[in-house]
Amino acid sequence: MTARTPLVSSRARDARLLAAAAGVLAVASVLSLFVGVVNVAPWSLFQPDTDAYRALVIARIPRLLALLLAGSSMAVAGVIMQQVTRNRFVSPSTAGTVESAVLGIVLATIWLPGAPLMARMLVAIATSLLGTFLFLQLLRRIRTADSIVVPLVGLMFGAVVSAIAAFIAYHYDLLQLVDTWTTGSFSRVLRGRYEPLYAVVAGLLLAYVYAARFTVVGMGERFAVNLGVHYRRIVNLGLAIAAITTAIVVVVVGAIPFLGLIVPNVVAMWLGDNVRRTLPITALAGAGFVLVCDVIGRVIRHPYEIAVGTIAGVIGCVVFLVLILRARAPRTS
Amino acid sequence: MTAVATPPTTASPAAATRDERPAVVRRRVAVLAALALVAVLVYQFAMVTGSWSYAMDLRLRQVGALVVVGVATGVATLLFQTVANSRILTPGVMGYDSLFVLVQTLLVWVFGSAVVVDLDVRVRFLLDAGVMTAFGLLLFRWVFRRNSRDLFVLVLVGVVLGTLFTSLTLFASRLLSPSDYLTLQDLTFASFNTVDPRLLSITAAITVVAIAAAVPLLRRLDVVALGHDTAVTLGVDYHRVVNQTLAVVTVLVAASTALVGPLVFVGLIVANIARQVLPTYRHRTLALGAALAGVIVTVGGQFVASRLLDFTTTLTVCVNLVGGLYFVWLLLREVSP
Amino acid sequence: MIRTDALRKAYGDTVVVDDVTLALPRGGLTAVVGANGAGKSTLLSVIARLVRADGGTVFVDELDVARTRSDVIARRLAVLRQDTHMTSRLTVRELVAFGRFPHSGGRHTAEDERIVTEALEFFELADLQHRYLDQLSGGQRQRAFVAMVLAQDTDYVLLDEPLNNLDMRHAARMMRHLRALVERFGKTVVIVIHDINFAAAHADHILAMKHGAVIAQGPPATIMTPDTLAEIYDFPIDVHVLDGTPFAVYYR
Repeated sequence: MTARTPLVSSRARDARLLAAAAGVLAVASVLSLFVGVVNVAPWSLFQPDTDAYRALVIARIPRLLALLLAGSSMAVAGVIMQQVTRNRFVSPSTAGTVESAVLGIVLATIWLPGAPLMARMLVAIATSLLGTFLFLQLLRRIRTADSIVVPLVGLMFGAVVSAIAAFIAYHYDLLQLVDTWTTGSFSRVLRGRYEPLYAVVAGLLLAYVYAARFTVVGMGERFAVNLGVHYRRIVNLGLAIAAITTAIVVVVVGAIPFLGLIVPNVVAMWLGDNVRRTLPITALAGAGFVLVCDVIGRVIRHPYEIAVGTIAGVIGCVVFLVLILRARAPRTS
Repeated sequence: MTAVATPPTTASPAAATRDERPAVVRRRVAVLAALALVAVLVYQFAMVTGSWSYAMDLRLRQVGALVVVGVATGVATLLFQTVANSRILTPGVMGYDSLFVLVQTLLVWVFGSAVVVDLDVRVRFLLDAGVMTAFGLLLFRWVFRRNSRDLFVLVLVGVVLGTLFTSLTLFASRLLSPSDYLTLQDLTFASFNTVDPRLLSITAAITVVAIAAAVPLLRRLDVVALGHDTAVTLGVDYHRVVNQTLAVVTVLVAASTALVGPLVFVGLIVANIARQVLPTYRHRTLALGAALAGVIVTVGGQFVASRLLDFTTTLTVCVNLVGGLYFVWLLLREVSP
Repeated sequence: MIRTDALRKAYGDTVVVDDVTLALPRGGLTAVVGANGAGKSTLLSVIARLVRADGGTVFVDELDVARTRSDVIARRLAVLRQDTHMTSRLTVRELVAFGRFPHSGGRHTAEDERIVTEALEFFELADLQHRYLDQLSGGQRQRAFVAMVLAQDTDYVLLDEPLNNLDMRHAARMMRHLRALVERFGKTVVIVIHDINFAAAHADHILAMKHGAVIAQGPPATIMTPDTLAEIYDFPIDVHVLDGTPFAVYYR
């Protein structure tokens, strides 16, 4: 993968940028708590037994936390996948990972009806891992590692997995539900129903700890081995983190299309490919992006809500298209 | 980007003093034709329960739709793969079906379901097919610049646009009233079982015209398959031939999707069968093979799925599944995309 | 005759063919030499209308290649570049037969078949004619492609680095074949070649390029001098004459 030269280059500037981003996100987060049907004011936190308090504690704050977690972890999952596969267009949405997780949910619903969230999550994690590693096998066999071919194969592979899930779901009359699961929405996030999402924090931490190694792997197998990094092990670890994170997010919240693709790419255009440097910013950017989409979704047709997955889908597609067209090789003979 | 060079199943690698293949090819085309005929006859007449005349009428319509769509999809994918220099691409993934749904949704949103339902089904069909064709043509125009690699970009753009259309549809459908939404569900449901005969004849006509337009291109397509530089050297206007071929492909895929919905991976199976079975480079023969194989796959597939295996699933779900698995298998076999 | 008039081609900011006006002599073998990046391949591509020029004109037998129908040009000029990968699974004979396309549009007459057979025999491919291309060695494939060019039966044959990927024996043999195209069939052959010694040994005329411009042209005797070679390649080169043929010696 060709490294991109960053515009910002000093440590101090990184720290300032990070602090600024975190600050903006914090402010935006707090403000978003006040958007919604029930009128909420900052002092509602101190007035238990009012509707406003309940709205805050049961719905709004959990929703916000879920947003931040989902957005940051999916963005980070994207970065990791891009590094270990050495292709900037690989992401959970373009490698069949999301679709594999959904397949897992379908299977869990059929085999373990009425089972708790955790059980479904475990099945989804299993299928997500299987699907992602199958994609890795496909990737190994594609002889040209052309930037464009890989996501195309990934998308088609995802379509195949979707077709399998649709086939099974059709038989059990679950097709409508599959659509609901596939579209990311935070409206069903309530206190007591979303806590498993916290597991993604482990993924985020692991990603940060291994960031340097992911960068090395991103430069190629020979390079990595030369520097004493266990290539296969790190690749597998990276994909596992991405697959598990995706499964957890999809089970709790649903899929947010192309999040793991566009956020890392846009960040990398500004800050380059050094994962250790860009990881925190990418996480914040992912969280911010989802936050913005969520607010738009809640505001645009107030008091009805449009799912985050839909808004993010539109924005994500447009940005993805721009990225593709920029990546197209220039006209040479 | 080189595509696969898988050895055909029967040609011997040793040097032959005479080229046996033309005879082999002719025999195999005959076999394909026979199988296609058998498939159609079996579908039409086998295992009839209940009223004979009703069944005949229903089946005739279904067979008609299956044949038209099989031919259209098979030929379209074959031609597209030649121009794209790849065995794994298919125009079906490019979001035509999502566009179809989006168009219906927008119509209902803007004009209300009452108006749309009142619209003559043929007008609606032509509108759908027309919009999809325009989409395809614009996309090709916009993305395809110089060489076959651009077609990968093209397909990727198509896929992403498909997702965009789906998201926009979801967005727009949230703005509809519940009754409008229900009507929309009906309007966007397309399947083999409920084909309107008027629409069938329109699609059949479009398919015939498009393929007829493609026939003069086929010889030059043989040369285009050799790559841009060789084609230009041999005096073929590469860009013109490719653009015209892509136009034909678009029309065929749009018409087929408007009639029965998305057949994303069907073309993939059919085109690869044609190339595998017929060891020739001549597109006149390959296109014929793809048409016949298309009939066999769609008619035979639907027969097997609905009568033998007693699936209530429609062909689209089944064949997309099989085609998709075939796609994964092609990749695992180290086929270079 | 092939002539160019103020021909120009740039990729982005880099000018690769810089205002080239030349006339390639009819008949004989012309070799285009120069360092990497001198613009030789691009010049060939532009002349053969594979690539559009940014300025200037190319005339083949006084026909403007940009304005004349491609198949008309194809009956006068044939070009072979280095990248010959393609999808079709063809036998050697089928590939060579494609050379007749500009003449018969894919419908092969008896005359076409005769020419194809002749081309196959000329390049000693008759035994291999029903083998698939991917079953051949690199050298055999190269010969098959040149045989296709021969079957195209044009007055002008342009080849870009025809000796790449060929070992010594096959390279020498290919040069002898190209010479035979000139002597036996009366064709005008233009090759881009980076090995100056092969050029000197077989060409009637050498064209030297540097930074997109033609800086020297003439028979081998005039080009193969230490001063001219140093000018072309930007480093000192000795010339020794053996058996009447000049050889550039630069291996140390």
